[in-house]
Amino acid sequence: MKKGLFIFVLTLLFIILSYSVMQMPALGSVDNPAYNATTRYYLDNSTTEAGAQNVIAAIITDYRAFDTLGETTVLFTSIAAVLSVLASLGHHKKEENHG
Amino acid sequence: MDDLIVKVISRIVIPFMIVYGIYIILFGHISPGGGFSGGAILGAAMVLYTLSFSADVAMKKFPHSVSMKLESGGIWLYIFIGLIGIFTADSFLSNQQGGFYIGNAGDLISAGMIPILTVGIGIKVASTMITLFHTIIEEEGHE
Repeated sequence: MKKGLFIFVLTLLFIILSYSVMQMPALGSVDNPAYNATTRYYLDNSTTEAGAQNVIAAIITDYRAFDTLGETTVLFTSIAAVLSVLASLGHHKKEENHG
Repeated sequence: MDDLIVKVISRIVIPFMIVYGIYIILFGHISPGGGFSGGAILGAAMVLYTLSFSADVAMKKFPHSVSMKLESGGIWLYIFIGLIGIFTADSFLSNQQGGFYIGNAGDLISAGMIPILTVGIGIKVASTMITLFHTIIEEEGHE
């Protein structure tokens, strides 16, 4: 009974998701909503404004440099969290072994 | 892992991996690549070193104190380069307006702050991977 309900809900979800994927514009098509004025601006001006041949590098470290700083902060925060959790676990283990 | 074949092969491969990672980081503004991918290659080289030789040897080559300094150093370099833009221009992380040398597109020394920022990101990503791996390996060793 429960399994049948799961299968029914998942099939419904699958149909809805497949339907919405069908509605998406074709990959690489010119009329994609992603091809707007911003894309055109980056492709035209990144070589002269940022001096970088690699447009992606120009976008992520010049036009969107503040966003990349955020990404780097995410890395820093993750490593700080992992170190705080794992390092404290090690200390507790040592104390338990001694006691 | 104590295996002669793995040790010999990784001793041959690791220098090439490190040089390739540095190449990808330094040429991030010319060819495909950049700080994240190049740093991941550098980190993978160190992970391979740790796996083929023991964790103690790798920890002696790249101790926690060095990796922590590199980790904060990468992000400090990024913020420092951004702060230059505040004083020379009017906004944080401004490239051409901030007075960085733009040069000809395609040269190695060009594109203003982009290579410097890429180096900062590369150092950060590589040291994050290595520190994460070494910390987890250390925890495994304690048990």
